[in-house]
Amino acid sequence: METLERILAEHPFFAGLDARHIQLIVGCATNVRFDAGQFIFREGEEANEFYVIRHGKVALEIFVPGRGPVTIQTLGEGEILGWSWLIPPYHWHFNARAIELTRAIALDGKCLRAKCEDDHDLGYELLKRFAHIVEQRLQATRLQLLDVYGVHS
Amino acid sequence: MMSDPMIPRQYRISRVRRETADTFTLELTPVQDEGTFSFAPGQFNMLYVFGVGEIPISISGDPANPRTVVHTTRVVGTVTRAMGTLKRGDVLGVRGPFGSHWPVEEAEGNDVVIVAGGIGLAPLRPALFYILSRREKYGRVVLLYGARTPEDILYRRELGRWRAQFDLDVYVTVDRATGGWRGNVGVVTTLIPRAPFDPLNTVAMVCGPEVMMRFTALELRKRGVGADNIFLSMERNMKCAVGFCGHCQFGPTFVCKDGPVFPYRRVKDLLAIWEL
Amino acid sequence: MTQAQTFERFIFDRQYFLSLFEALTRRGYCVVGPTVCDGAIVYQELTSPDDLPIGWTDQQDGGTYRLKRRNDQALFGYVVGPHSWKKFLFPPRIRLFRARRTERGFNIVLNDVASPPAPDTPYSALNDPPSGISPSIPIHPTAPKFAFIGVRSCELHAIAIQDKVFLGGAYVDPTYKVRRENAFIVAVNCGQAGGTCFCASMNTGPKATVGFDLALTEILEPARHYFVVEVGTDRGAAVLQDIPHRPAHIEEVQLAEEIVARTARQMGRQLDTTDIKELLYRNYEHPRWDQVAARCLTCANCTMVCPTCFCSTVEDVTDLTGEHAERWRTWDSCFTMDFSYIHGGSVRASAKARYRQWMTHKLATWIDQFGTSGCVGCGRCITWCPVAIDITEEVRAIRASEPNHKEKTDGNT
Repeated sequence: METLERILAEHPFFAGLDARHIQLIVGCATNVRFDAGQFIFREGEEANEFYVIRHGKVALEIFVPGRGPVTIQTLGEGEILGWSWLIPPYHWHFNARAIELTRAIALDGKCLRAKCEDDHDLGYELLKRFAHIVEQRLQATRLQLLDVYGVHS
Repeated sequence: MMSDPMIPRQYRISRVRRETADTFTLELTPVQDEGTFSFAPGQFNMLYVFGVGEIPISISGDPANPRTVVHTTRVVGTVTRAMGTLKRGDVLGVRGPFGSHWPVEEAEGNDVVIVAGGIGLAPLRPALFYILSRREKYGRVVLLYGARTPEDILYRRELGRWRAQFDLDVYVTVDRATGGWRGNVGVVTTLIPRAPFDPLNTVAMVCGPEVMMRFTALELRKRGVGADNIFLSMERNMKCAVGFCGHCQFGPTFVCKDGPVFPYRRVKDLLAIWEL
Repeated sequence: MTQAQTFERFIFDRQYFLSLFEALTRRGYCVVGPTVCDGAIVYQELTSPDDLPIGWTDQQDGGTYRLKRRNDQALFGYVVGPHSWKKFLFPPRIRLFRARRTERGFNIVLNDVASPPAPDTPYSALNDPPSGISPSIPIHPTAPKFAFIGVRSCELHAIAIQDKVFLGGAYVDPTYKVRRENAFIVAVNCGQAGGTCFCASMNTGPKATVGFDLALTEILEPARHYFVVEVGTDRGAAVLQDIPHRPAHIEEVQLAEEIVARTARQMGRQLDTTDIKELLYRNYEHPRWDQVAARCLTCANCTMVCPTCFCSTVEDVTDLTGEHAERWRTWDSCFTMDFSYIHGGSVRASAKARYRQWMTHKLATWIDQFGTSGCVGCGRCITWCPVAIDITEEVRAIRASEPNHKEKTDGNT
């Protein structure tokens, strides 16, 4: 677990957290691995974890009848996958699928939710970090909506 | 007789290459053997199609090859449409090169991040050629390229070659994945936070639609790249390219002679003003 | 044009104005100057002093221009009309080249923009029957040698401003250069200010101080009608030698000075230029732009009459056979939608953005671009605006809206 602790402590997402909070988070962490093509989670399932991607690439997909799976976004090394674990009703809105061999650290969201309720300082620190992720994804989505490369007339 | 900057010189098309459904690349050589055409990465030419009209197009070739003038163009209007019907052997009028250039020399000793959106890769290509030919003078070199769909990606073969190079990090992303695309999906700005460069020793060169450049500059600033080390290439209507016609004004600047490449600090506030 | 080493003034009488015409014509100049045409005083080729607007004056206000009879026989008893000298130096429409299709391309068959005409070619003969396209449009394949009669001080400044645009940069416009270098300038100091004049505010008049070969002050006395002459160049001095003249008496010189001093006090408009660049730069977003845009018809009159507006466009045309092509340069205006068009649409789609562009360019960005204001205070844009938009009023409104507009800044950083 020492390596996990080091990896998490050094990850920019967790930068600035108390050692005590890191310890709490490490307690909810496990190493995971997904083969290319393997689903990490699926739309509608309970969202009980998030992932720190260490290596590989993950596609967020939605199935569109007639078009098949459409990739909304890809996430790679160093990025955080999943924030539905933090927001009721704790269900995934998209499929996540490894598009190449992917190694990640899975963090148990159920466990973290309980710890956040017990320790609001931890809760606030995590919420701040996820708010930032949500903001980034929202900005990127807005930009994507503009279709800036298209010819408009 | 005085030389008139409004009179085009004749260049013959030596090669036409289709890049995507709506873009193509022309390679031109002078009709009269006038020697060489030298330009700096980021500069542009005015291309004239006989009787149809003239438009500014950035130069996309290798600055080390002064025998050939290369332009990658997207079909968006009357002149580009007519240009798209030209064949090998046909003649175009060329005026140029005009305008400011990417700070490729000033960037020596630094990491270089090139951020391109859509057809914006075309004016950055000469900078890449230049840098790669003097690779040892730079730190890390990163190309972040965003296209609309996988089918809209320019210079595919070259990108593949560059990607295979160990001394160049190439990241390509598309806004909309189609078909069997297995690469990145998401706007090009999402590549910036984790791209491998040292923000405090980086020169960033950005070209793409204005909105994309605005957000890219913000993202680079967030990462810690200085406003003086970010460069953008602006686009405006141009008729003369030499500062006479007034069309390309962007606040106090003339894009044709003060630009098209500007330090971000110079245009940052102007970019925020609507309909400037 | 070397500056003549003299501060003397000379006198010639009204009757010898013809000698000035003759001296200029003899030197191969095409004499252009003010004349009455279609209810306005315009600048045209003149054949004799009889063509001048003798005994006419103009009344001007926002959106208003009327000719009126004077009760004297003044030659220059008006202010300025809708024309400016830029139409001669920077022609409204000029062919830049002709080209002929060849098997796989084209040849540029003619580039006659910059070649000067034979010295004795009359201007009217330069209206060559055009070969090829647009036979109805007169073209000037060769550049005439103009003598401008009656150039106002604000107009001298306007010419100096256009010099910076067309001659002062990395590229030189040969069309302008050849016309400009050949032009002989007879300035006339203003004996009265118009209702829309504000040259005193812009430090561009009413007294001609630079940029002329000869400068005249017209003096009408009950029994005498004469001109006080100041020589600006050796070329001017040579022309003066061909006109019967004598040194001026000190009283005559003083009288001339009083006339322009009185004109300076008569300005119909004022414009406070204090920190005007900064004022406009910090007011790109201001409700006043919406208000003026609600009135502005984006008709482009202001840019057409402005003596400094230099924007142009290029038209590439072919004849019906498709074998011949020409490139024409024509005046353009930032008030048109096409002006800022890039694929997908116009950058300045709203009237607000276009008015703001024009006024901010004229009074602010011009300073950054060329080191001078783009406004000389001639008032034409006010007079010829169909809805009487007044640039001085627009600046005043923006200035007045600022919280501490009456307090002078004391240089605090």
